[in-house]
Amino acid sequence: MKEILKVTDLNVSYGAIHAIHNVSLTVNEGEIVSLIGANGAGKTTILHTITGLKKATSGSVLLEGKELLTTEPHRIVTMGMAHVPEGRHVFAQMTVTENLEMGAYFRRDKDQMAKDLADVLRRFPRLAERSRQLAGTLSGGEQQMLAVGRALMSHPRILLLDEPSMGLSPLLVKEIFTTIQEVNQEGVTILLVEQNAKMALSIANRAYVLETGDVVMEGEGQAMLRDDNVRKAYLGA
Amino acid sequence: MDLIVFIKQFVNGIQVGSIYALVALGYTMVYGIVKLINFAHGDFIMVGGYVVVFTTPFLANLGVPAWLCVLAAVAVCSAIGVLTEKIAYKPLRGAPSLSVLITAIAVSLCLQNLALIFFSSSPRPMSAVFDVAPVTIGSIQFSGISILTIVMSVALMVALQLFIKKTRVGKAMRAVSEDSQAAILMGISTNKTISLTFAIGSGLAAMAAVMYCSAYPQVQPYMGSMLGLKAFIAAVLGGIGSIPGAMLGGILIGLVESITRHFNSQLADAVVFAILIVVLLVKPAGIMGKNVGEKV
Repeated sequence: MKEILKVTDLNVSYGAIHAIHNVSLTVNEGEIVSLIGANGAGKTTILHTITGLKKATSGSVLLEGKELLTTEPHRIVTMGMAHVPEGRHVFAQMTVTENLEMGAYFRRDKDQMAKDLADVLRRFPRLAERSRQLAGTLSGGEQQMLAVGRALMSHPRILLLDEPSMGLSPLLVKEIFTTIQEVNQEGVTILLVEQNAKMALSIANRAYVLETGDVVMEGEGQAMLRDDNVRKAYLGA
Repeated sequence: MDLIVFIKQFVNGIQVGSIYALVALGYTMVYGIVKLINFAHGDFIMVGGYVVVFTTPFLANLGVPAWLCVLAAVAVCSAIGVLTEKIAYKPLRGAPSLSVLITAIAVSLCLQNLALIFFSSSPRPMSAVFDVAPVTIGSIQFSGISILTIVMSVALMVALQLFIKKTRVGKAMRAVSEDSQAAILMGISTNKTISLTFAIGSGLAAMAAVMYCSAYPQVQPYMGSMLGLKAFIAAVLGGIGSIPGAMLGGILIGLVESITRHFNSQLADAVVFAILIVVLLVKPAGIMGKNVGEKV
């Protein structure tokens, strides 16, 4: 299998606090890889470092062989990796359509962009209904759909999702996870960060467990769902 | 006061107000994107004024229309705005806002003192940039400059609004101003966007300089500080960060000042500053300020 994302010996600090210790992980093309762990384990920090929002102290992040730690952050999305941040971060004062346009900001292929916009609106009919509404007036679930749709507008080969289930009703969580699987089946590789370990493991090919900045376990998603230690620590069973 | 005097005073107010509005736009756009009150912004007007003073004789020698000095003023002020950001503000990104504020005041003093060194403190007269005839409506005559200032400001504000609302780059500016991290994830370069914002804001200050000097044809090193301060009040009144707010605030401050001046010229400035105090006490977000509340 071909590696699309390879993180090696990543270290990240916030001032004196050493938040991420020698984390290594790989994501192969076509996989769904989940990164689970408790609040504060460093999951979001890892995603932020991968997309350049946070500086690493050492290590390497390769996207299809290209080093991202030395790449200007705003260029990373143009290399085929999109990031749906925790808390969605839609542009609240802009309309749904404008948000989606921003997702395709760097693209110049107008025709393919129009097609992608139509695809996103077909995938999320709720967004189509509200295309002229300000994003800030959408419900949490709709904002999550918008954040995912906006990321898809960059036509990524790999999508990073940070806590897509946060604050959503169980029904919406299911919907979002179905969408993630659909997007994956269409050929987009997924790196998923989740506190909802059960959902994250059930759709993952492989998963990593993060504890206070260290990868403490890795394995196949289904196997980890059955693992006693994981069940005790993260699945409440 | 009789009606004709009132109407004249009203038009005067809108004229001054549209100049304040152009300057206020610079404050508000920069604040919107880097959360910084650029106290050097007023001094960009002074720079624009000197550019006009020095380029008009040159243009006259070349035999080309004097209003072409507008291009020079806009180019120089935009460049100074962008350079100021790169040299003074960019290294302080992420620093406490007090440090940045102090730096802004330092840049302002620095520009004023450079002007003192190079051009001395004595005011320089300025030759007319625009050759416009007075406009008579009914029985009232308005100066051509008043009308031109108002028309030009409105045109610039409409153009700016269209740029921000409709163009790809304008939308990117809004995106950075709202959530710069998310904007980076969209592939928007925040550095370029910030430079562009400074360029546009300073360019508008240059336009304000040209219009202001057309009405009061002299230039001196401190001319930007009072003008800048009033435009800043206009931006706060309208709601700092809000572009329509800056336009509205500018016009309102101009009107209040002009009408107060008619009754008591000593009191005009005091009233404008009193407005600042009242706004900060009663509605700190300003008239069109965004709600701070946010859905999580």
